[in-house]
Amino acid sequence: MSKIKNIDVMKLSGLEPLVFTPEINFVNIGERTNVTGSKKFARLILNGQYDEALDVALEQVRGGAQVLDVCMDEGMLDGVAAMQKYLNLIASEPEISRIPIMIDSSRWEIILAGLKCIQGKGIVNSISLKNGEAEFIHQAKTIKKFGAAVVVMAFDEVGQADTYQRRIDICKRSYDILVQQVKFNPQDIIFDPNIFPVATGMDEHRKNALDFFHATQWIKQNLPGAKVSGGVSNVSFSFRGNNPVREAMHAAFLYHAIKHGMDMGIVNPTMLEVYDDIPKDLLQKVEDVLFDRHDSATEDLLEFAETVKASDKKEAAAELWREEPVANRIEHALVKGIIDYIIEDTEAARIELKNPLKVIEGPLMDGMNVVGDLFGEGKMFLPQVVKSARVMKKAVAYLEPFMPKVGDVDYNEEQCSIKKILLATVKGDVHDIGKNIVGVVLACNSYQIIDLGVMVDAQKIIDEAVKNKVDIIGLSGLITPSLDEMVHVAAEMERQGLQIPLLIGGATTSRIHTAVKIDPVYSGTVIHVTDASKSVPIAGESISEETKEAYHKQIKETYRQLRIEHEAKQQVKQMATYEEAKANPVFIDWEHYQPVVPSQLGTTVLEDLDLNILRQYIDWTPFFSTWMLSGKYPKILQDEVVGQEAQRLFKEANDMLDQIIAEKWLQAKAVVGLFPVDRVEDDLVLPDQGVSFHFLRQQGKKGKGVPNRSLADYIHPDQTDYLGGFAVTAGWGIESKLKEFQDKGDDYNDIMLKALADRLAEAGAEYLHELVRKQLWGYAQDENLDNDALIKETYTGIRPAPGYPACPEHSEKRTLFDLLQVEESIGITLTDSFAMYPTSSVSGFYFGHPESKYFGLGKIGEDQVKDYARRKGISQEQAEKWLSPNLAYSPSFNIQEP
Amino acid sequence: MNRTELLLSQSHKRILILDGAMGTMIQRYKLTEEDFRTPELRNHPKPLKGNNDLLSLSRPDIIKAIHAAYLEVGADIIETNTFSGTTIAQADYGLEHLAYQINYESAKLAKEVALEYSEKTPEQPRFVAGAVGPTNRTASISPDVNDPGYRAVTFDELSVAYKQQVEGLLDGGADIILVETIFDTLNAKAAIYAIQEVFEEKGLPLDPKEGGIPVMISGTITDASGRTLSGQTTEAFLISVSHIPLFSVGLNCALGAKELRPYLKVLSENAPFNVSAYPNAGLPNEFGQYDQDAAEMSGQVEEFLKDGLINILGGCCGTTPDHIAALAKTAAKYSPRKLEFVNDSDE
Repeated sequence: MSKIKNIDVMKLSGLEPLVFTPEINFVNIGERTNVTGSKKFARLILNGQYDEALDVALEQVRGGAQVLDVCMDEGMLDGVAAMQKYLNLIASEPEISRIPIMIDSSRWEIILAGLKCIQGKGIVNSISLKNGEAEFIHQAKTIKKFGAAVVVMAFDEVGQADTYQRRIDICKRSYDILVQQVKFNPQDIIFDPNIFPVATGMDEHRKNALDFFHATQWIKQNLPGAKVSGGVSNVSFSFRGNNPVREAMHAAFLYHAIKHGMDMGIVNPTMLEVYDDIPKDLLQKVEDVLFDRHDSATEDLLEFAETVKASDKKEAAAELWREEPVANRIEHALVKGIIDYIIEDTEAARIELKNPLKVIEGPLMDGMNVVGDLFGEGKMFLPQVVKSARVMKKAVAYLEPFMPKVGDVDYNEEQCSIKKILLATVKGDVHDIGKNIVGVVLACNSYQIIDLGVMVDAQKIIDEAVKNKVDIIGLSGLITPSLDEMVHVAAEMERQGLQIPLLIGGATTSRIHTAVKIDPVYSGTVIHVTDASKSVPIAGESISEETKEAYHKQIKETYRQLRIEHEAKQQVKQMATYEEAKANPVFIDWEHYQPVVPSQLGTTVLEDLDLNILRQYIDWTPFFSTWMLSGKYPKILQDEVVGQEAQRLFKEANDMLDQIIAEKWLQAKAVVGLFPVDRVEDDLVLPDQGVSFHFLRQQGKKGKGVPNRSLADYIHPDQTDYLGGFAVTAGWGIESKLKEFQDKGDDYNDIMLKALADRLAEAGAEYLHELVRKQLWGYAQDENLDNDALIKETYTGIRPAPGYPACPEHSEKRTLFDLLQVEESIGITLTDSFAMYPTSSVSGFYFGHPESKYFGLGKIGEDQVKDYARRKGISQEQAEKWLSPNLAYSPSFNIQEP
Repeated sequence: MNRTELLLSQSHKRILILDGAMGTMIQRYKLTEEDFRTPELRNHPKPLKGNNDLLSLSRPDIIKAIHAAYLEVGADIIETNTFSGTTIAQADYGLEHLAYQINYESAKLAKEVALEYSEKTPEQPRFVAGAVGPTNRTASISPDVNDPGYRAVTFDELSVAYKQQVEGLLDGGADIILVETIFDTLNAKAAIYAIQEVFEEKGLPLDPKEGGIPVMISGTITDASGRTLSGQTTEAFLISVSHIPLFSVGLNCALGAKELRPYLKVLSENAPFNVSAYPNAGLPNEFGQYDQDAAEMSGQVEEFLKDGLINILGGCCGTTPDHIAALAKTAAKYSPRKLEFVNDSDE
């Protein structure tokens, strides 16, 4: 059985794939191959120096660009010819064409020319609604035919979006057209919601960064699949000439934009400070401006910027760090990627520590760990890490001649006693620092190292291992996909009958992954190695004649245990704590939202709903599925297989409906209540009625920018808002008629009547909801939707029912029924387990906020259950019982003997 | 059920068998220049021997006999004799003007034989895949080492030529369009572009599930580097051709079954479509001949059938009805690859 991986992610390609897995923090777009952004590049292209222009692209790739932006929009240039020529040349340079191309132009003919030159899946940058829908749709359709992704600017017929509302309105409109009309893959849509300068001194620019953050978050939450990109340097436009401030602004902006869900962007790595290294006072002022925290934020930063500029901080700081102890100097050089003094410092450390190995395992590894941590926290970005690695490599290379030479090939006479270790970075991965360090360390301990380098295919690893009769194979990898590749290598080793011990190492590898994924596919010894220093004893034990068998057994058993524990913890592991979940609610721009006061507060009873009207609100599709006929109404009536049967059933249903109405078989009643409500964490309190509703919050770990939803999120956090409740039944009178059919043994009409009563109850809920939206609450008085649109839920607001996925705890229905006095007014009763009777009844809440939507709660943790029990004033055991399908853990029941 | 629905339902039930090599079979007939000349081409100035696609017009009896030979041993899908049926490939013979006719007639005669066998074995309906070859030029590689920016063919030229070929194949009754032996993905993208244009003009939906004509894509990994001639890895290739709802994606030619296995695994793990494979009968020997026999080939194929990597199986260069018979027999023992989506979406 093939499990298809990563279906719901963006995938691009050059010669190699670029898959936007959840682990990818941020994709860096190389921008120097853009004639409007780089004077040097423009000059080279205008002079026809294409070879030198290719070097610019190569530098970008080597500097860590993951997508290459190519732009030839220049008045003096034949843009079409230049785009073709440059892309054709790139195609013949595998190191450049490895990554996907972004065809950047404001001229459609240049975009088309570019699309015709790239064999991979690239990105078009950009299209927009600037010239209306017709052109937008045409261009999107064409791009789709070429199989490219697209950047959509937040721009419409009126102009560029410059507020939060305009940004999300235009993005939503563009998205709907692309997804619904053009059938564009949502994963291939990238929005550029406009990064504009802040601290310009103009009031209308104060919210530019904040609006971008919020719009980004809104897009990620509400436009599934869509990505967000932008050109970061714009934000600091008003500080041109003051690079320290600009670099700090870029880093802070990027840090927060990524947290809000930004996926990719154009960033010049040389114009970027490390977030943690921004002096705290400067950072404070920059963030005050970005988040528009107070009226004088801009002035404060401008004033502060003068001092930063005047003291020429960079140079002063540059000299200062040279005064520090050598270990600190090495760390600084690694974090900053400064290569100038590394030899000098490494030599100083070697003399101080008297052992080259200690230098690697001490200050160098310590420094790299800092880099790794910052990268993991999103405070350093890939291009910066690449620079750090370069410094590390240089230091290690310098130390190598000082290492003991025992393991060298010169010792041929001792060949038989020298153990051989094959090292390789697996296919798809280019990171080799860790592997090189392990190689150096092992070589110091009398092993002969056969290093196959990076991107090594499984078969090559196996062939070389067999050919050289190696004693150990060591696999390394830094990126996540390498984990799968390692599993593949191990499986191939097994398939081809190898028994050589396998060492697994590298930044993303872990003991648990090794135990769960790799160990089971290989019957030989598999060991995860946490760092270079551990490689020596592990290598020794796994191959020494005396220890290897015991070691093999011991390690297999350890990993087996780990697997069992892992299995048990599986579900808990992917959970956020309730605190974390609460800190990640649905983002709603409350500042620009005023709750609508219902025109009819309190409860309204509707005694006898007109079945003739309800009939028009019936959603027939579920009716057919009740009868096991699958297909959408009305298409199902024309279905080749079930069409005829569906038509017959449809006719008989309508005949019975005629009878139901004419002979008054059934009566429909409803009650609606609309109340002021206050939000207290995840509870909604009705102050006038003294009633509280308790809601639950999703607790699964969410991807970047995706919230942990709770229905409570749709209620204003600190201002009086409104909540509705309703119950409707169409089951009045059904009993006597059903009995009549049952007495006759007429199952067909028995089922038919029940199915129709259910449909009428649902239709009643639909009708009621519309009545609420347009009149009783009245927040959508101008709404005008046909039944099809109603079924597709295109209206504003939702009506989730207690017991359904968003609020699965049924006992809340009791509270709702008491509040609305449902039993007294319309006679629907609740059973002990909170089921409604008559069964053809529907009840639920009304949420009116335009961004409220349905979702499934999923699993929740014990912390939330405890809190829920506290809020609701019930015991934890009771809460666990009511919530049992949603528990992510097995509660420890105290079984008491009666 | 219409032809497309019939094909989709068959593909759920078992591994579908594609036919074997056309060229290898034609060689057995030891044809002469005369066999390639229709009455109209009696005085054509260029030699025509070797233009195998032309045989659909000049010797339809031979092409039909080859189709029948494959259907007889159990092929579910036969490929039309149109590997070089574009104006671009036919230009070598000065026969651009016959491109549409070659495709139309090739599809028509294949369909006749396929329907004949469908009637014989109603439990096993047979289908015709209209073969769209790579042409003999590449859109993303320069033939001139001194001028890497030069291209011998453009995207526009390719898409015009492919469009005409696809029209001929569909008009002639092809049930499937099969873009095969892709060594330059840009050529394939031009073909996919052309297919979309034709479908749009004919008012056909793109998705076979909505009644469109199924499209199969088959790339060629040229050597052990695991890349296409134009340099893409298997996964990058897959991503580059996934923008229409394909019936299948797969690999053919250049390698034998054993060498193909790692790349099929990549497709199997990543493709949201059916996966096809029709390898050569091993690697060619010093004389350029394929000497892997049916038993050896089906033994190698069995390795990846066991792992459930495949939905559609057949043979390329060097394979004969003997090979296809053996493959069909082996494939019958295994279930087709099942597509299961790992869905990590939010709600």
